[in-house]
Amino acid sequence: MPGLEDLYREIILDHYKSPRNRGSLEPPAVRSEGHNPLCGDEIEVFLVVKDGIVDDIKIGGQGCSISQSSASMMSAAVKGKPVEQARALIHRFKHMMSIDEGGEEPDTSAPLGDLEALQGVVKFPVRIKCAVLSWNTLAEALDIAAE
Amino acid sequence: MSFDVQKVRADFPVLAELINGKPLVYLDSANTSQKPNAVIDAMTQFMQHGYAPTNRSAYQLAAEATDKFEGARAKVAAFINAPKVHEVLYTKNATEALNLIVRSWGSANLSAGDAVVLTHMEHHANIVPWQMLAAERGFTIRWVPLTSDGLLDLSNLSTLLDGAKAFSFTAMSNVLGTINPIKELCAAAHKAGAIAIVDACQAVPHMPTDVQAWDADFVTFSSHKMVGPSGIGILWGRESLLDAMPPFLGGGNMISDVKLEGFTCAELPAKFEAGTQPIIEAIGLGAAVDYLTAIGMDNVRAHEYDMTVLALNSLNDRFGSDITIHGSTDAALRGATISFAYRDVHPHDISQVLDQNNVCVRAGHHCAKPLMRILGSNATVRASFYLYNTPSDVTALCDALSEAGDFFTL
Ligand SMILES: Cc1ncc(COP(=O)(O)O)c(C=O)c1O
Repeated sequence: MPGLEDLYREIILDHYKSPRNRGSLEPPAVRSEGHNPLCGDEIEVFLVVKDGIVDDIKIGGQGCSISQSSASMMSAAVKGKPVEQARALIHRFKHMMSIDEGGEEPDTSAPLGDLEALQGVVKFPVRIKCAVLSWNTLAEALDIAAE
Repeated sequence: MSFDVQKVRADFPVLAELINGKPLVYLDSANTSQKPNAVIDAMTQFMQHGYAPTNRSAYQLAAEATDKFEGARAKVAAFINAPKVHEVLYTKNATEALNLIVRSWGSANLSAGDAVVLTHMEHHANIVPWQMLAAERGFTIRWVPLTSDGLLDLSNLSTLLDGAKAFSFTAMSNVLGTINPIKELCAAAHKAGAIAIVDACQAVPHMPTDVQAWDADFVTFSSHKMVGPSGIGILWGRESLLDAMPPFLGGGNMISDVKLEGFTCAELPAKFEAGTQPIIEAIGLGAAVDYLTAIGMDNVRAHEYDMTVLALNSLNDRFGSDITIHGSTDAALRGATISFAYRDVHPHDISQVLDQNNVCVRAGHHCAKPLMRILGSNATVRASFYLYNTPSDVTALCDALSEAGDFFTL
């Protein structure tokens, strides 16, 4: 059985204790909401897309260390990046969580940075949903922003 | 008969298993209970030697299977002191039993302008079916609120019940552990002219049940929480109500005749038992009832009372202000289902650390989201004890909890 250290890496606990980009944004920022019906976790993503760039992102809601740290890392990773790059990262992250959405194999050449630490979650299948919650919510926010 | 928890444990093979070299500390019986050999063997024996269709075929094996299937019904009837055996109906689980009441009795009796009373501590199974029918029919749902210590606030009950047609409530909260004053609530419903529906899912496994003493109109529960198999539940209802109700599911077994122009219903209980029934599960449920009866439900309740006192005291002594236990602190008013918050550590993270020590608890909203909103949290940790849990399980819980605290010190 994998140990707790495989799941709760230091950097994860750091993002959990000091979440990045925490807060909310007023319209015209778009807002999307994700729920994990299993454990009651809730994530809110506020997003401003300007000229094809993720100009600003804030994260609200409450949840476990995995869902919260994943959201925090995600916000740091996509802020200031082009929308396509953000979408590619969503695809890559879900692939890392062994969620097969079809489509092409993601390009894994660029370093993942802090997100690498979430790799251990795959060994704890019930927690994959926690890790992926914010990413699905971001995908929805990007869809809304593109409308 | 004196109660010996070690003897009880020996009846449950899974409790002797080691997982990753460590014993199992099963504290999730409010979710679903473990199974004793008596149940496992009865089902296996039946499948090996006695399996056949029920109520359909004339050969000896089928007649014997039918006798066993109906014998289990009689055991359940005696267990809950039902006046008539044919008032005991097999369903898939408590959820289906509640849906049956709402769809059948509710459709025949509720329309715009009517009201149904529920409480803030209901399981989704006793909320959503009513909301589904209310959306079609336009009747209103009124709610009995809670006191700050997790009991029903009955101060406005007669106003809430005024003009209501049904009062449906849980006998015991699956989150707070609160045991409700069932008799008093049924009496209040009847005084207002409403029927009384008792969701006894968390009560029947843990304390003596007497539907006549309660003076209830409908009572629902699930086999899997009372050491029986999953896949079968019970609806008990008053014969006069069941007779007047339209059928729920249509198909084989529930008819007396079918013509091209229409059908006529079978008598109770078949009227509400469409299709091939959970035959093996009924045999298992009968064995579960025999098992619990031999132990004695007073003994089960007494043991769980002791476990509740010990768990509440241990958690408070060891964790003091770091722990917030929801619900009443009085073990006389509650069952051994204990929900709590521990510091700022998220329940999901706590259960992960507990799982590392084979301590099985539930972390989440416990299918009672309206109640969770009232408690002001998305999730709690819930440790629930049953007849096979011991003081050492309480110690294991506390030890694992302090490990979680160390790990997540914020
Ligand atoms: C109070 C209460 N009612 C109803 C149910 C639903 O039971 P089942 O899922 O077996 O249908 C439960 C089970 O968790 C419960 O605790």
